[in-house]
Amino acid sequence: MSTPLLEIKDLHVYFKVYEGILKVLSGVDFRVEKKKKVGLIGETGCGKTTTMKAIMRILPALSARIPKGKILFEGKDILEMNSRDLQKVRRRNISIVFQDPTAALNPVFKVGEQLADVIKYSRKEGGTSLSEKEIKAEAVRLLKEVALPDPERIMENYPVQLSGGMRQRICIAMALASANDLLIADEPGTSLDVTIEDQILRLLKRLVEERDTSIVLISHALGAVRGLVDRVYVMYAGNMVEVSDTEDLFSDPLHPYARGLLRAVPKLTGGGIAEGIRGRIPDYLNPPEGCRFFPRCDYAMPICEKNQPPFFNHGNKHEVACFLYQR
Amino acid sequence: MAEEILTVKNLKKYFITAQGTVRAVDGVSFSVKSGETFGLVGESGSGKSTVAYTVMGIYNPTSGEILFKGVNISQGINKRPKSLKKELQIVFQDPGSSLNPKRTIQQTLELPLKVHGSSGTEDCTSRVIELLRMVELPAEYMYRYPRELGGGEKQMVAIARALATSPSFILLDEPTSALDVSVQAKIMNMLMRFQKEFDLSYLFITHNLSLMRNVASRVAIMYLGKICEVTSASEFFHTPLHPYTRMLLSSIPVITKEEEALKPKKIASRGEIPSPVNVPPGCSFHSRCPERMEICSKEDPSIVEVEEGHTVRCHLYHG
Amino acid sequence: MRSLSSRRWKAIRKGWYKFSKSPLSIIGLAVVLLVMFLAVFANYVAPYPGHAEFFVDFARASEPPGWTNLCGTDEMGRDVLSRVFFGFRYSLMMAVVVLALVVPPGVVLGLVAGYFRGMWRSTVIMRITDIFISVPALILALSICSVLTPSVFNAMMAVSLMWWPWYCRLVYGVTSSLRNEFFVQAAEVTGAGTFHMLFREILPNCLATILTKMTLDVGWVILIGASLSFVGLGAQPPTPDLGTMVADGAKYLPDQWWISIFPAVAIVFVILGFNLLGDGVRDLFATEEI
Repeated sequence: MSTPLLEIKDLHVYFKVYEGILKVLSGVDFRVEKKKKVGLIGETGCGKTTTMKAIMRILPALSARIPKGKILFEGKDILEMNSRDLQKVRRRNISIVFQDPTAALNPVFKVGEQLADVIKYSRKEGGTSLSEKEIKAEAVRLLKEVALPDPERIMENYPVQLSGGMRQRICIAMALASANDLLIADEPGTSLDVTIEDQILRLLKRLVEERDTSIVLISHALGAVRGLVDRVYVMYAGNMVEVSDTEDLFSDPLHPYARGLLRAVPKLTGGGIAEGIRGRIPDYLNPPEGCRFFPRCDYAMPICEKNQPPFFNHGNKHEVACFLYQR
Repeated sequence: MAEEILTVKNLKKYFITAQGTVRAVDGVSFSVKSGETFGLVGESGSGKSTVAYTVMGIYNPTSGEILFKGVNISQGINKRPKSLKKELQIVFQDPGSSLNPKRTIQQTLELPLKVHGSSGTEDCTSRVIELLRMVELPAEYMYRYPRELGGGEKQMVAIARALATSPSFILLDEPTSALDVSVQAKIMNMLMRFQKEFDLSYLFITHNLSLMRNVASRVAIMYLGKICEVTSASEFFHTPLHPYTRMLLSSIPVITKEEEALKPKKIASRGEIPSPVNVPPGCSFHSRCPERMEICSKEDPSIVEVEEGHTVRCHLYHG
Repeated sequence: MRSLSSRRWKAIRKGWYKFSKSPLSIIGLAVVLLVMFLAVFANYVAPYPGHAEFFVDFARASEPPGWTNLCGTDEMGRDVLSRVFFGFRYSLMMAVVVLALVVPPGVVLGLVAGYFRGMWRSTVIMRITDIFISVPALILALSICSVLTPSVFNAMMAVSLMWWPWYCRLVYGVTSSLRNEFFVQAAEVTGAGTFHMLFREILPNCLATILTKMTLDVGWVILIGASLSFVGLGAQPPTPDLGTMVADGAKYLPDQWWISIFPAVAIVFVILGFNLLGDGVRDLFATEEI
């Protein structure tokens, strides 16, 4: 088996706050193969953005602690990298598209300038130095790739002059410029309208298929993820709880949380609204000792209370972190 | 036959801005029957929130009529009688900013009680506890500030606030859009229960069509300030007539194969939504419409009743 | 059910934690407390309380700092250190009076102007505010003082007159930005009256900004007051005002440097203290980022 592009092993991330220590991530395992599309489903507060920020090492320095875990990019641990190597990874290999394109773009610089910067530094890492004209041409090409009409004019605009959908496309263009290997999209359509979100997701799908870039799509919109990725992780309260190929998850969810989640989505075919999942997410200051879903689980067993379940294999690359599936 | 509790007749709301006149709501008419949930669907720029705020009185209508229980209420909030404010309540879209961050939950919930009630302090406190119990929140929460609550919990407080005056009509403006799916399910169930228990009428605004399907009895879809189609919920999803409706339905992400089968054939949505300052002449949708005809760029279609209870505004159905 | 008072206590402890994260804020607080103590108890703490009023002892005039007079004596034989303590009293008094006169009307006008933005009430208030702001502050104070008899009281009036518009504008800004927030509209829809809207809904959200500004303003008011006294338009001799002391002592520089330098250092000391405290107050209200 070849080295996966990105592999997170047993990642723990804690935050020091006034009240104590927030033990957000308690052993996250995550893997992305080369040229593959992976989805990450989870609700607010489950730690998905924290995980992605950990990959890029952009967690708040004062409060974040990583007591345990490895993040291997092509075999090398990102957490152990020196700043030079890390900079290279950020400029050339991995990039994130954030949820809110308005906040991700600097309002006082023209779009073209911001895009040019990204291109320039990414190429520098690759060893080439481009002239201004070449950079501009590359920027125009990227904007065309993300289906923006009239790129030359757009480059002269400030972010505030453009619509939400256009800003998100620009963010995607910037991410493409600096992500030759892995593109992480953190809820890329959430702050946009449904039809525009649909366009953005289709754009991402097309781009990823045309290039060899892997993609991680994070979303709490299950339908969006289903349309785009081959493999899905489900995350709850700082742990991955289930992973499988996309259709396997949607047709046969195993983990009680995943089941509850899929049941709670209103269906176009009607049928009313299912009950939600009782309880609320655990307090990270005092998380449950064992399985973090234990307090809310209708299938809870005594073993679940004190022991955190590892991943169990359920056949056909479908793994669940739940004692119900222990052999 | 249930009577109409809210009737909107040819409502218009224009905003004068530096860029020109924004025709946020441009001739909208519909009515909500007592005890039903009427859904209003649309994207940004469609004017659905403006309709909501105008009905509530936050905006003054430019023209048109709003009738509540037969009485004309087309004035702004300052001119409305207190008794009306008791009857008509709203739950806003963003739970984060609909609660005053510097006031405790108790103070927030006591406000409507104090404005409209009678009661003294002990009465108020016990009523607050009762409201919290209704939305399944512990009484202890009344001492907390909004920042100590999760998004779903804040929205439940907002709903409790709306219920505090025992209204007969609640306007729900995207109440769950900012929330996760499991929390959304919990809140929607709660809202449906309250509707039955207190005989409430809802005007439910959302862009989430799957949610609308399971919640509304009648649905209207808006585009750039005008209503395109109105019909019962099941008709809307089984036989959508307006091209915009079909485009919207074909682009929703779904998670089961049955839903895939139900969706209209994929109509790729093209182009950006035009800004309401520059409304294209003729039918406002013609620039994005896959079934555009010659007449569409010239004349705005009038509303036609294609079947009983199913009206459309589209040249395809004329004559 | 956790009671209200235990929650308040927890909030105070957390507030202290946030405030004390920066050692400079603690220093600022210590300085301010010290100055306040000296100002209030000057009669008991000053080595020569009598020297604050009219007192002459030419035998002991212009003595350099030594054990009997830690900061030396001035040209009239008065102990500089004692006069500095009493000087703090006048400076703080000026700050308290000016802020008490200026903050309430400024805040109220700002709330009204921001809430009724777009209506004539708001426009009138803001244009008047603009007029006052556009006149250079010190010049306005100087002109007023030179027309009236110079005195501490008149100096305070003059400074108040030029200070209120800044609070009005500050609160106007916050109020306008909050005006269309959902929680404000929710309260309006419920039927709350204007008083409730301004003072119970909007004002609490302005407090952080107002308090921070007030703390920093103490320093500024003291400085302006000292400047007025320096040019002879504020406190008159023999009142031990810090500014007057610096002015009177300036003639004797650089030989009898202590007469003018110690009061000047005292001014810096008190202003610095309030500025550091102001930074701490601002940190107190800052939201915590994870």
